[in-house]
Amino acid sequence: MRTSLSPESLPSAEITPEQLEQGTSLWSDAWHRLRKNRLAIAGGVILVALALLCAFGPLFSQSYSDQNLDLGATPPSAAHWLGTDTLGRDLFARLLYGGRISLMVGLVATFVALVIGVTYGAVAGFFGGKTDAVMMRLVDILYALPFTVFVILLMVFFGRNIYLLFLAIGAVEWLTMARIVRGQILSIKKMEYIEAARSLGLGKRRIIFRHMIPNALGPVIVYTTLTIPAVMLLEAFLSFLGLGVQPPMSSWGVLIKDGAEKMEEFPWLLIFPGGLFSLTLFSLNFLGDGLRDALDVRSAKD
Amino acid sequence: MIRFLLRRLLETIPVLLVIVTATFFMLRFVPGGPFTSEKAVTPEVRRNLEAHYGLDKPLFQQYTDYLGSLLRGDFGPSFKYSNRTVNEIIADKLPTSLELGGGSLLVALGLGLPLGVLAAVKRNTWLDYLASSTAMIGICVPTFVLGPLLVLVFGIHLRWFNASGWYEPIDRVLPSLVLGFYYAAYVARLTRGGMLDVLHQDFIRTARAKGASEARVVFKHALRGGLLPVVSFLGPAIAGILTGSFVIETIFQIPGLGREFVNSAFNRDYTLVLGTVILYASLIVVLNLIVDIVQVWLNPKLKFE
Repeated sequence: MRTSLSPESLPSAEITPEQLEQGTSLWSDAWHRLRKNRLAIAGGVILVALALLCAFGPLFSQSYSDQNLDLGATPPSAAHWLGTDTLGRDLFARLLYGGRISLMVGLVATFVALVIGVTYGAVAGFFGGKTDAVMMRLVDILYALPFTVFVILLMVFFGRNIYLLFLAIGAVEWLTMARIVRGQILSIKKMEYIEAARSLGLGKRRIIFRHMIPNALGPVIVYTTLTIPAVMLLEAFLSFLGLGVQPPMSSWGVLIKDGAEKMEEFPWLLIFPGGLFSLTLFSLNFLGDGLRDALDVRSAKD
Repeated sequence: MIRFLLRRLLETIPVLLVIVTATFFMLRFVPGGPFTSEKAVTPEVRRNLEAHYGLDKPLFQQYTDYLGSLLRGDFGPSFKYSNRTVNEIIADKLPTSLELGGGSLLVALGLGLPLGVLAAVKRNTWLDYLASSTAMIGICVPTFVLGPLLVLVFGIHLRWFNASGWYEPIDRVLPSLVLGFYYAAYVARLTRGGMLDVLHQDFIRTARAKGASEARVVFKHALRGGLLPVVSFLGPAIAGILTGSFVIETIFQIPGLGREFVNSAFNRDYTLVLGTVILYASLIVVLNLIVDIVQVWLNPKLKFE
């Protein structure tokens, strides 16, 4: 497997410049390969632009909540670049605000899934044997469950608040991450630098968190980029059913739902939110695929 | 084989029991009951209602009663639709959802497999790029965007299809297509990857060296192994199609079980929610078992253990 030598892997040895160079070679190799993948780079650029626009755009754009009932729904124009909704609110401003929520859900819920999945997978892989067998059998069983059903139940019964949304989605999406990390840890466990760390008398926790997880990072990064679109999709799915983000807050899923209801008369209300959401998913997927090829990760392949 | 089946079937029992128990108690501990939204229910009427549905008994007894009736295949009466049992509602709505799910699965495989095989065989040609970009569109344009868009174009403007409803056979086309397309995209990607892996192996070269035609190499030798990743994806795909139908049934106003489930959750119709969750979970567990069997059948290296 990968033999990146991070300084921590050699706690007692003097670190020479050559070793440091070796340590970065995996990442600089990957960066070199990624740069050649135009689609992945385009995806990355679009994502950064979108994130900046959603973060700072609302400071300059028109109000997302000011209603103008006399105006009503108007098609795109110079005053309102993407038109207005039935209450006369500027669609562009609403898209930027909705993007804040959608991207935030994507990041936070993915982070929740990341923490659960990495910890679970690392523990199962590290202890191996019976512990591993039981833990992974549990993951197999959970895989077979209609989790979306439980997320729906949670959202209906415990009020539709956004923190619960983070937790509920994160709690659903960690399974594949756990599997990937476990596979990595199992192979890393047999590496010599782990033996070295063990012979130095390091504790289990330190070995897992300082030596194994950092070396399993490649596939984790790749799968994280691919989890974000899955999470955003689930959020939009729930919002479409009226179970996600609640007014006055708004997300791309909510805007798509509203747009779908009024598309017959005002098609732009569906086309712009739907298009922007799809563009984001495209960018994330291309970036994720590009990273996968660049880091040459096989185990993360679906 | 028989032992494998028996063991897997036995394993499903605790899984289903956990699902029933978790859902049952989750429903009881949430604020608000099925009769709290009804206006002007006097305490007396309410007591009568609760007595009628057995809600006045101790919680644990309600639980064991419910398990008992489940064993007899009885999901109990619906709390919201008076005089209807959950069994009747399921019997009424499930066939529609199964039809939608079956159609979508057909689209997923009928579209995804040929696309994937084609992309692998014609690797790095325009056919491959076309197939791969179609797959990317399927993955990145969500059903709840694609669905309304197709309705807008083909239902409202071109009038080739009805915009909604579930009456004539032609009404099945758009919903199945929309729901199945996402999975077709995944199937295409997985087929392409699986086929490429197999096509590089020695036995394929041997087959070619022996003068087997290209078609024979692809369909007779490579396809079986190339399909493995697709088969293992079918389990999650079926689960996804079942839950995906919630949105599709809403968009196209299809009177199926998915829409009924979401409504029952909003209405806190305990028995209907429980019944549907148990039904979905059992369906998924059983279908996963079938997928496992097919997987072993396709790949002789795996054994029934």
